[in-house]
Amino acid sequence: MSTEEKYVAAVYLVVFVVLLAYVLIIALKLQRLERELAELVELAQRRAVAVG
Amino acid sequence: MTGAIALIFFYAPLDEDGLNQKIFYFHVPIAFTAYGCFAWGGWKALRHLWKREEGADLESYVAIHLGVIFGVLTLVTGSIWARFRWGHWWVWSEDQLVLFLILFLFYCAYFMLRFSVAPGPQRANLSAVYALFGVVLIPVSILAIRLSERFIHPVAFDKGGPNMAASQFLTFCVCCAAMFSLAATLYSLELAGKRLDLRLRELREALE
Repeated sequence: MSTEEKYVAAVYLVVFVVLLAYVLIIALKLQRLERELAELVELAQRRAVAVG
Repeated sequence: MTGAIALIFFYAPLDEDGLNQKIFYFHVPIAFTAYGCFAWGGWKALRHLWKREEGADLESYVAIHLGVIFGVLTLVTGSIWARFRWGHWWVWSEDQLVLFLILFLFYCAYFMLRFSVAPGPQRANLSAVYALFGVVLIPVSILAIRLSERFIHPVAFDKGGPNMAASQFLTFCVCCAAMFSLAATLYSLELAGKRLDLRLRELREALE
């Protein structure tokens, strides 16, 4: 691989890695939100049982 | 994006810059996307201050956050290109580079300001005013290459139109469209996550 090819590959790799990291962070956050939502649903159901 | 990459490597011809020119098709659209995100953030900040539009503050924040990410990519891809072409990672005498760095650092400081104030209307207003100030730097940064006396940085567009072959220009346009679409998708995704987070917080407060 020539030096020029290495620089071009580095640019595309950097863009790919940064965007992948961003998507992974967002995906982890959505997973956390899903867990929180499940907790809240459980809490609401317990409240409904206690009231009813 | 796949189509854009295919055009870059299998359709667009090489010019005197050699293979290194392939970086241009990613670097410039990424820079334009960063400018676009900052401008969108400024527009939403204006809507927040002017119309008191609900959710505009959050939209402004997400746009600026994305702009900073694309800003990092612009600086990194530009530096790699410069290292090969000029032999330096960074040239301080180049106005466009320095002005983009100032714009980038200005918007990095936006987060420091935003998170130093407690959540509420005051934080939203201060953030919006700050975001609007940054918008002034965008045209200055774009036009810096015209204002500069030293033309080290390549000029892709001048008064006569694009300085490239039709096939290169078509590839460049497809790359810009791909990058804008990617940014729009990431913006929607992050915004949906933030909105969901806010709703869940409200729901938790109501239940507890």
